[in-house]
Amino acid sequence: MRHSTRIAVGPVQFRIGSDWPEPITALEQLYASYPKDDARSADATVRLLAARPWRRWVRPSVHIGGDFVVPDALPLPLSMGLLAAEMGMNLQVALGWRRHMLLHASAVARDGRALIMSGESGSGKSTLAALLGEGDWRLMGDEFTLIEPEGGNALAFPRAVSLKNEAIAEVAARVDAARLGPLIASTPKGDIRHLIPRADAIADMHEPARPALLLFPRFGGNAAIEPMGEGETFVRLTEASTNYVALGEVGFAALTRLVRETPAFGVSYPDSATGIALVEQLWAETK
Amino acid sequence: MGRDKVSAVQTFVDLLAGRREAAALAPREWDGVIGVARSEAMLATLAHKLDGADLPPTVAALFADQRAAAAVAQRQALWEAEMAHRALAPLGIEFVLLKGAAYAAAGMACAAGRQIGDLDILVLAADIRRAENALLNAGWEWVKSDPYDDFYYREHMHELPPMIHKSRDRMIDVHHTILPRTHRITPDALALVSDAVASADGFAVLNPADMACHCAAHMLADGDLQGGLRNLWDFHLMTRDFSATDPGFWQQLDARARLHGLQDAVQRAARLARDLYGAALPAGWSGHDPADRWFRQRLLARDDWGRVTQPLLEQAFYIRSHWLRMPPAMLAQHLWTKWRRR
Repeated sequence: MRHSTRIAVGPVQFRIGSDWPEPITALEQLYASYPKDDARSADATVRLLAARPWRRWVRPSVHIGGDFVVPDALPLPLSMGLLAAEMGMNLQVALGWRRHMLLHASAVARDGRALIMSGESGSGKSTLAALLGEGDWRLMGDEFTLIEPEGGNALAFPRAVSLKNEAIAEVAARVDAARLGPLIASTPKGDIRHLIPRADAIADMHEPARPALLLFPRFGGNAAIEPMGEGETFVRLTEASTNYVALGEVGFAALTRLVRETPAFGVSYPDSATGIALVEQLWAETK
Repeated sequence: MGRDKVSAVQTFVDLLAGRREAAALAPREWDGVIGVARSEAMLATLAHKLDGADLPPTVAALFADQRAAAAVAQRQALWEAEMAHRALAPLGIEFVLLKGAAYAAAGMACAAGRQIGDLDILVLAADIRRAENALLNAGWEWVKSDPYDDFYYREHMHELPPMIHKSRDRMIDVHHTILPRTHRITPDALALVSDAVASADGFAVLNPADMACHCAAHMLADGDLQGGLRNLWDFHLMTRDFSATDPGFWQQLDARARLHGLQDAVQRAARLARDLYGAALPAGWSGHDPADRWFRQRLLARDDWGRVTQPLLEQAFYIRSHWLRMPPAMLAQHLWTKWRRR
């Protein structure tokens, strides 16, 4: 393709091609501090392409292609090219990655032990992970957590954190502006701005962590902690995994082990400060 | 990629054919090869072919993932065959496994890493209604709700409208023959079923010559050559192995191809397997047809990002597939109906 770049996030090497230079430039800025190995073969390919040749110039709109595609995905305007790239990268991992069990979950680590947070979009799992990652935790990722089938460790996927709507101001107030990407306003997912993870999160991205706590955060409502049984945890995590079925027996074994060995809680919180306090409380109790 | 270099799709084909050593590839050549292999749904096939070869560690790791994933997918596909068996056997309806699931059940070389999509089964035309009811009772349901599509399948196609299992989310295609009813060629469906053989797994599969006929028909007489490299690989490996165990195989293949009216497709498949994968053909098969050139071009029309490079040629083969599938007046009516519904 005309423009391309390569990005390594955790164990995944991406190759991203584009009909336009803008998304590639934006990606390269966002991922400038990530380690690069251009000789390494790509595990996943993303293509950002004009649906028709003239749509490269006339009302340019970006179709998300790659090894795996969603047939009826809507194209995005070129001004949201970075979001298209992010969605394309997520899609390839979600549908193509087989080495580990994938959880749609954020994670942070401390002392080699991982706190994994799973929830729907809007649950606050990304924001909590981003805020914890600014404290004395290592951010492992805001979107995917990878579980090693052998051994059961969690692996990081610390892509640039996708901050949405209110979370943007909340995080922006605490970090150096150089660590923030451009504001992408009024996308189908609301306003989006990316946060470049702290240097330690990127440097240690290949360090595994032992799952120690599973949380299912829910933003809104009064502060509450509710222990979650193994059955419910298991079912929720099968729904949060994009490759549980495809992994077959290996996936079942990995998930069973994770659920058996890791205490799980549902957590409701009215604001981030309370959320973080509840997380710290549960973490101290599980030690 | 520059014009002086070997294209990624050619490198991919050369690796499968054993014309090129994996160790001789430059690190960055793997991107294109892997991209092409993915777009042809053959990455796990390549991973099996290069199992044990001298590979960059990241490629070796990706290939190991692919082999493991293909093994799981194959087990799941054979489980679907078992589920169909349990739904149909109590009514005395026998079926023949087709395509990927059949190759896996028979433990054939082309099954190694082969992607298996829907479960394809062949039943006698006389059993088709009962098979449909039995599957509906066992948890499968219709996918298409469009009345025209439903009518079209039932009236003109060689299979029922596709069904999907409501809890396992897997598709089944129930065929009563191997080409659309309206196709210019009418294979002998009764002979296909009555001469089927038992596979190692106990499922019925087409006999070797019929299996090669179906493979060629599916690739060259029915479709628009989407997935053509994979179908050709199947054809190449099955004819290679069938003829290795039975010296009379090519003669039987010729006889069955005549019976089904598929000589042209089978012979072209053999020539293409020779041209692309280096198949050794017996005397009388190794001719030349100027039109093969277009098929080779279509099969190799991928760039190193896995994209189709010759959209016009692709379109031409798409039109050809419809042209073969139905008489002109019917084609016109079909396209008109489809266009109005857009």
